Amino acid sequence: MLAAGICMILMVVLFGALGPIFVDTDRAQPLATVPRQDPSWEHPFGTDDSGRDLMAVMIVGVPLTMRIGLLAGTVGMSLGVFLGFTSGYMGGKIDTAIRGTVDTLLTVPGLVVLVSIASTIREEISVNIMALVVASLSWMWPTRTIRSQVLTMRERAYVQMAKLNGMNNREIIWKELFPNLLPYLAANFTNAVNWAILSSVGLEALGLGPQNDPTLGMTIYWAITFSALIRGMWWWWAIPIFFIALIFVGLLMIAAGLDELANPKQRKAI
Amino acid sequence: MPPLLEARNIRKVYHGGGQLLGGEVSETVACNDFSLSIDADNPTFTTIAGESGSGKTTIARMLLGLLEPSSGEVLYQGQDARDLKKDGQQRFRQDVQAIFQDPFEVYNPFYKIDHILTTPIQKFGLAASKTEAYEKIQEALRTVGLRPEETLGRYPHQLSGGQRQRITIARALLLKPKLIIADEPVSMVDASLRATILSSLHTLYQDFGISFIYITHDLTTAYQVSENIIILFHGAVTEAGGTEKVIKDPQHPYTRELIQSIPVPVPGSGWIEEEIEPKEVEDPDAEVHTSGCRYAVRCPAAMDKCQVAPPFFRTEGGRAVSCFLYEDSPVLQGNDLHEVFQARDR
Amino acid sequence: MATTKESLLDIRGLEVHFETRRGIARAVNQVDLTLYRGERFGLVGESGSGKTTLILALLRMIKTPGFIAAGSATLDDGTDLLKLNREEVRRARLKRVAMVPQGAMNSLNPVMRIGDQLMLTIREHAEEGEIPNKETQLKQVEELLDRVGLKPAVVRLYPHELSGGMKQRACIAQAISLNPQLILADEPTSALDVVVQRQIMQTLCKLQNELDATVLLVGHDMGLMAQFAERVGIMYGGKLVEVGPVEEIFHKPQHPYTQLLISSIPNFEIKGEFKGIPGVGLSLLDPPTGCLFHPRCPKVMDRCKSVEPQLKEIAADQLASCLLHEEDQHAPAS
Repeated sequence: MLAAGICMILMVVLFGALGPIFVDTDRAQPLATVPRQDPSWEHPFGTDDSGRDLMAVMIVGVPLTMRIGLLAGTVGMSLGVFLGFTSGYMGGKIDTAIRGTVDTLLTVPGLVVLVSIASTIREEISVNIMALVVASLSWMWPTRTIRSQVLTMRERAYVQMAKLNGMNNREIIWKELFPNLLPYLAANFTNAVNWAILSSVGLEALGLGPQNDPTLGMTIYWAITFSALIRGMWWWWAIPIFFIALIFVGLLMIAAGLDELANPKQRKAI
Repeated sequence: MPPLLEARNIRKVYHGGGQLLGGEVSETVACNDFSLSIDADNPTFTTIAGESGSGKTTIARMLLGLLEPSSGEVLYQGQDARDLKKDGQQRFRQDVQAIFQDPFEVYNPFYKIDHILTTPIQKFGLAASKTEAYEKIQEALRTVGLRPEETLGRYPHQLSGGQRQRITIARALLLKPKLIIADEPVSMVDASLRATILSSLHTLYQDFGISFIYITHDLTTAYQVSENIIILFHGAVTEAGGTEKVIKDPQHPYTRELIQSIPVPVPGSGWIEEEIEPKEVEDPDAEVHTSGCRYAVRCPAAMDKCQVAPPFFRTEGGRAVSCFLYEDSPVLQGNDLHEVFQARDR
Repeated sequence: MATTKESLLDIRGLEVHFETRRGIARAVNQVDLTLYRGERFGLVGESGSGKTTLILALLRMIKTPGFIAAGSATLDDGTDLLKLNREEVRRARLKRVAMVPQGAMNSLNPVMRIGDQLMLTIREHAEEGEIPNKETQLKQVEELLDRVGLKPAVVRLYPHELSGGMKQRACIAQAISLNPQLILADEPTSALDVVVQRQIMQTLCKLQNELDATVLLVGHDMGLMAQFAERVGIMYGGKLVEVGPVEEIFHKPQHPYTQLLISSIPNFEIKGEFKGIPGVGLSLLDPPTGCLFHPRCPKVMDRCKSVEPQLKEIAADQLASCLLHEEDQHAPAS
């Protein structure tokens, strides 16, 4: 499963990386070519209302969306790792404080908050700001799950041994506990990226995204705004959705594969 | 000179989950008023023996400073272990070391076994260079009967239980401790390797002068290695004294019951055929909640006065029994069993 | 006590293999063993000896990547336990062969009351149309509990409300509920205190006499074997290396491994002498050639490195697999 997932993601990444070699990215701009064209040999993904070649749009947009996911996932995970480890290992008042904050924020409906944040931002939303917006709500769940993992690991005999060996708390967290959690964290990270991508697409589809960048979500937004559904221009919204689905399933399979690695009991062979 | 390590009336109580609304919160006394001191310059080998739930591991953890007692103190060289400053802590960790029961769980599966040996050298500054560190590690491994070329550089799962346990002993040795607390060091090791490991521990005591506190439920191994023994029952000490005497001539009713129940490896001893005296209580390992003698519920000689916890009676210079059957003997002043061990006939 | 020498279970050529990425591990290696009706047999071995794998094979509980590669285990009526299909195995379990596991967790359902579990077992194994009514079931269960020394009140309790010893008695009650002929006990008392252990083993002995059943006790506590078993078998590296009456095994062991094992048992007679078995345990994935024990054997000869010894009768009822005895072997192999 891990292999299949990696394959899918690799295909998508290569598509975005190698695409510009074959297709002129300027064609992703409006008025680049004839609008409203069905998919053909010249325009394999068709063109939209403003004359953008959708193939070029995908080549530019896919890496953008993935960048959002990666950035948001990284920020969210880093915060989650730091807070989760601290909370889980130190316990006491620190744990209560962190856990209380996390639990409270978790009850807030994410999309609503994201929408309010996104609509309040005055200046133009760039791809990076998009990432940060999504990241702001993606750190809570990792904090919680990492904390519970740390709680179970805290009482392990090798932690007691580390104490007897003279290690202090900080060293124990980073040298003893962290390495053992790596496969788990990798799976978690993959999920975080996945969630970030979906959230960003959700926001963008509502129009709350970078207006000038042809990310996958924005493409869908334009397609909806220009009633592509009714007008029969299926390529405008179907192609981006196809890519989103591909990325989603690919990341899901990577996460599942990593999970299997992290949990030796699930492995079939010895 | 203050003793190396002293437990003064330590007690550990756990408050169980009571009912949510009203109802009593149950209290479990894991350890009830335990006192023992170990000298710095006079090595001793003491066993703390008891069944599961007797509190022996709780005592071990309190002595190692890994668990705080509910009341009483654990003193390192006269100072409370909780109040030690940084260098005091370091010296404490160097002088008092441990060997644990599970020879697998003590290893972080992410690292090679070298990690468990190099870390203390680095943290306690035991070697000036990598070469010196390597030499010390090799020497320690050889002392416990292992070959460095066969053990270093391997992962824990690549070695046998016996090898892993011996590496933990080598680790304890690196710090040149004065006291090693060994919590069931051989119970998870194969029978054929037990003797070898116990032999290493005994050698360390005799040749290196390291004191041992050996925690176990197996009286036969205790008999093999140690000079002094303390028998625990549900958190309280029932009998203490020289191993030879206590095992061959048990005085406390619980000790007697224990020794009788051990299956000896001599066929046809009547262990399975002999009818055990029927007890009043149908469940011998039920929880005990009382402030009196904790063994009274299943003691064949229980009397009314056993409602009160009996003090230690010194039936001989080197033996103390906590049972009213011996109330004619003088009472041990204070509770420190150390006195009892010092006075016993060698 | 075994009064007759009727064979109850005849195991021939049992092989259990485990497939791993590094090759095949022969966890049970060409084991031949006969268990007699009504006897108490102790199977001894250290970790990796194959003793637990053997009884799991008899109960058809081996999971991938393990599998029964060869052999037969024939009961007195001709049924081969290893050839039964799934439904037949289900019927055989408990009715003919029962197991008392090491931890009660493996056999008691934590969310069912003890009484309900026992009644469920009775119902599931009753013949079609012969399922007793609720009152009869309850009566049977109360009788069962009484036989293992538990009060009727236990019927309403959940496993976690029982102490370790009581849980194990409940497991025994479940094991004997259908009057099996063969009881396989896998270290049933290893987690229990010495005092409780003795009581439980005495109960097991009493039940065994009542049922005239055979008990196969698997473990590594030699003291327990000496007291409970009438015959003892020693396993090493998947092979059965010695079998014989308990007195002979303890007083006159024939196989060097057994000899070392017996002398390494700590006792209350000699103090301060530590005799272990030298060397490291063997790896099933890279076993020694010839005799599996030869790298650690104090009496090793050149032949031992290339020739695999067979289990042969040395004295009356005593078999050992060691080349030392093939030198002065006059009687034909049994």
